[in-house]
Amino acid sequence: MTTRSTSPHPDSRRAGAQERAGLLVEGVTLRLGDGDATVTALDDVDLDVASGEFVAIVGPSGSGKSSLLAVAGALTTPDTGRVLLDGADISRASSREKARHRRERIGFVFQSGNLIPALTALDQLRFALDVAGKRAGDGHDPRELLDRVGMGHRAGHRPHQLSGGERQRVGIARALVTRPAVLLVDEPTAALDRARSDDIVKLLAHETHESAVATIMVTHDHDVLGHCDRVLSMVDGRLSE
Amino acid sequence: MFLAWRELVFARARFGLMGGVVALIAILVVLLSGLSSGLVNDGVSGLQRLPVTAFAFAEGTKTDSAFSRSTVNVNQAEAWKGRDDVGDAAPFGNMLVNAKATTAAGAQVPIDLALFGVDPGSFLAPTVSDGAGLGDPNGIVVSQTVLDEGLAIGDTIVIDRLGTRLKVVGTTGDQRTFGHVDVAYLPLRAWQQVHAGAGPGDEAREGAYEEATAIALRARDGDRIDLPGGDAAAGTTSMTLDASFSASPGYSAETSTLTLIQVFLYAISALVVGTFFTVWTIQRKHELAVVRAMGASTGYLMRDTMIQATVILTVSTAVGFLLGLGGGTLLTTTPMPFALEAGPLVFAALLLIGLGLAGAAAAVGRIVRVDPLAALGGQR
Repeated sequence: MTTRSTSPHPDSRRAGAQERAGLLVEGVTLRLGDGDATVTALDDVDLDVASGEFVAIVGPSGSGKSSLLAVAGALTTPDTGRVLLDGADISRASSREKARHRRERIGFVFQSGNLIPALTALDQLRFALDVAGKRAGDGHDPRELLDRVGMGHRAGHRPHQLSGGERQRVGIARALVTRPAVLLVDEPTAALDRARSDDIVKLLAHETHESAVATIMVTHDHDVLGHCDRVLSMVDGRLSE
Repeated sequence: MFLAWRELVFARARFGLMGGVVALIAILVVLLSGLSSGLVNDGVSGLQRLPVTAFAFAEGTKTDSAFSRSTVNVNQAEAWKGRDDVGDAAPFGNMLVNAKATTAAGAQVPIDLALFGVDPGSFLAPTVSDGAGLGDPNGIVVSQTVLDEGLAIGDTIVIDRLGTRLKVVGTTGDQRTFGHVDVAYLPLRAWQQVHAGAGPGDEAREGAYEEATAIALRARDGDRIDLPGGDAAAGTTSMTLDASFSASPGYSAETSTLTLIQVFLYAISALVVGTFFTVWTIQRKHELAVVRAMGASTGYLMRDTMIQATVILTVSTAVGFLLGLGGGTLLTTTPMPFALEAGPLVFAALLLIGLGLAGAAAAVGRIVRVDPLAALGGQR
């Protein structure tokens, strides 16, 4: 039996799914593996995150949190259901179209930042703009964004010269520099101590509201959930309040 | 280009090592190319500088050593001359001899010569840059390399065993060698006498003065000679000038050995570059997954890698070629057959870069298989 878990945002009740801004996951099921080894990673999941909303998803390892990020971020195609980004279905797009959505409208914050070793903090942001085919200016100011996340003074440093918290701040700035509609955050505090974890999640909450981006953060860390607008729980591929 | 250039600077030690290997290969390519050109010059420059389109050898002559096996009758030239597509035809004598040169100072110098017997009035007669042309019955016009060995115009050369005395009357001013032996032009009659083994004052055997090695053919302007048709009429076996190079002693063996070594070098270069970029791509697999998750297209990533390969190959090939040219310039001053020629070197450089790029292109195909999903959940 499928447990259907819906977390509607108040705005979604007023506007149709096709028109509303933000991310809407509808009836998504994702199975991994073949034959007897098939695992249901996502089981009829519904999720609605509005622009400017910061939603946390907690759950044990293997519960399907990363799979939900993969589906929401157009990294994989669900078996059933759909993913709407600002009203447009991105789940059935071609690989090329999905890549375009990722570089133009989706920002990822990875564990430990996952920064490019060869690039300085400032170049990480410039590189994201280059990938997206955007230029500094036109509302995309890498230096201003680095300053905003408190990394302006480390702009010329490479990842190996930065602490874990600093790398994560640069990672957040890199994800935001293209002004995405959705920010998907994967275990941002996994390698950080409590104080830095709190700083990072506070920063994410601030930037979510400041940039009016729909943010989903998956985490094991229950200590940082106080900064989130909503907290959902995922167990065995099912999402619940 | 954004990431490509910054990675080149950041990982300069790694790229430098790979570039160093390519540069070493480039040095070897330059040296082998120079050796190849030098051996070709040493082997067949005497033939290359003849105003000849083709040679007609005795019918049925084995082609790989035709110049030493063939004997034709000088009258066969007439059969070729009468053909519409033949501008001129003349008997040509070719043989190798050992001799001793007596310099003006009276010193005896052993010397090997490739004697080219030609009619002084024929189109085969050499143009001289210094001294006199062919005319004196025992006068010879020699390759500049003979003079470089210490002989001078006016010196006398005595052929071993026969005692035939030949006087250096002029020089061609350039290198003319055949089978690594310096060429000396002499009148066909003198050549026929030496070929017949007749010494000074001896009467050559009957028919000796009707013999030559081959009939040299020159096509009428803008024409190609119908060699099979001419062979049928004249009773000869002919081959083009280029094909006749293989009839020079050791020519095919030397050039094919060097070509094989060069082919291996090019293959090694492509493999080195391909292997480097395969390892480089594997090492960056997680990084590439992150970049793909950010939305970078496969084309964007492959273009970046190919730019890196182009920069590395171009710079390292240029460095290698400059070092090779420096070393090669020194070699040209030694007795080693070595010649630096722009054409073959440019071709070798482009081939080295082209094959390196092919190796890199084959390697970066792995980028297509990098799954952006790998960016999630992993630790760096």
